[in-house]
Amino acid sequence: MITRFIAAFALVVMAVPVVAQPAGPIAARQAMMKQNGRDTGAGAKMLKGEVAFDPASAAAIFKNMNDVAKKFASQFPKGSETGGDTEAAPAIWTKPAEFKAAVMKFEADTGAAFAAKPATLDAFKAQFIVVTGNCKSCHESFRIKKN
Amino acid sequence: MRRTLVVLLALLLLGGGLFWGLTVPQRLAPDRIGSLARADATRGARIFWAGGCASCHAAAAAKGFDRLRLGGGAALVTPFGSFYPPNISSDPQHGIGGWSLADFANAMQHGVDPEGRHLYPAFPYGSYRRMTKGDVADLYVYLRTLPAVAADAPDNDLRFPFTLRRGIGLWKLAFLRGDGPVVALPPTATPAAKAGQYLVEGPGHCGECHSPRMLGGAGGLDASRWLAGAPSAEGKGKVPNITPVKSGIGGWSTAEIAEYLATGFTPDYDSVGGSMVEVQANMAKLTPDDREAIAAYLKAVPAVAKEL
Repeated sequence: MITRFIAAFALVVMAVPVVAQPAGPIAARQAMMKQNGRDTGAGAKMLKGEVAFDPASAAAIFKNMNDVAKKFASQFPKGSETGGDTEAAPAIWTKPAEFKAAVMKFEADTGAAFAAKPATLDAFKAQFIVVTGNCKSCHESFRIKKN
Repeated sequence: MRRTLVVLLALLLLGGGLFWGLTVPQRLAPDRIGSLARADATRGARIFWAGGCASCHAAAAAKGFDRLRLGGGAALVTPFGSFYPPNISSDPQHGIGGWSLADFANAMQHGVDPEGRHLYPAFPYGSYRRMTKGDVADLYVYLRTLPAVAADAPDNDLRFPFTLRRGIGLWKLAFLRGDGPVVALPPTATPAAKAGQYLVEGPGHCGECHSPRMLGGAGGLDASRWLAGAPSAEGKGKVPNITPVKSGIGGWSTAEIAEYLATGFTPDYDSVGGSMVEVQANMAKLTPDDREAIAAYLKAVPAVAKEL
């Protein structure tokens, strides 16, 4: 009985670091940006010819990014300015209108790219360039590198 | 008592004289000025983008053709105060259209303006002094082809004692290096790495932000920690280590560094951000050969792991 209890306890203790994901808006928005990075990488591989172009994957890239765009602006509540290795710039809170406008542009561009349903690599490239132009324009003002 | 006063006065005068003598702005020797007859504006355009002139001297967030309107840009806000990049357009009254090539070369490479005043090292003449006189002349004729902007940029808004330009003479004595290379490349360094050394250490002035400064950030660049990352001069965040170590960009291949300079995407598809957005836009205007040269140099510089 006692050994079973110890074994169960040990299992729980061992499982904690695996199960417990960092919670809260900082972790959530970081995960969203990671997803954007994966989608950008998938698109870049098609443009470089490392992966064959396929319209369904192209559509999924823009859909994923559009999903991120819709949820992203609400991930910066008061109190989440610091901590958790956040690289969010104070400008997000000091210039909220500009930040929201930048995210809305990303949402609009990804939405338009998805709706365009690019069927060729060239059509995809044209949309991809517009969409990924948002990365640097937003990071220029609203992200601060910490390392 | 009177004698002490006399001695004190003499010492003060001597000290003042010494300060004045030591801080006389020096001009370039005539043989260090290039030839206007051989200068070429097309070649100068390459130096313009490598040098990043537009990033400070064009209006903030200028895009497209407006990046060639060099009427002065956004303030560089530092602990010393705000530096306003001046109008360097071809306007003869408000810009530098009236400058001779010698005037221009002295500003670029000695930090001295045509009136003989020291320029603040926020203008990276400590790096530009490594440029060849031919490149300086090419850049001079290129700048003359750009639009005139008929408005003065605001004056600098600095804290005392940084308002005293003469003091920059002491800064130059203490920190201004020669025009030789900053780091010794290994004997195996490729011609591309050597070409990249010129672009990075000279016109590109990458070390001005990516290397830490001595004297608590007010001094010259610390060559022993060349490109090893530094606190941002504008006070927020850090400028990354770009030497070939794990905490730098040691995991990136030469092709990946060149790709980043061309597109703004890191190997794991994070994007360029902050002030580097402007710099990357400039780098994208260079040829693939120039970007590969910069990448080859960054793979060849001494690896510096320890951060300040």
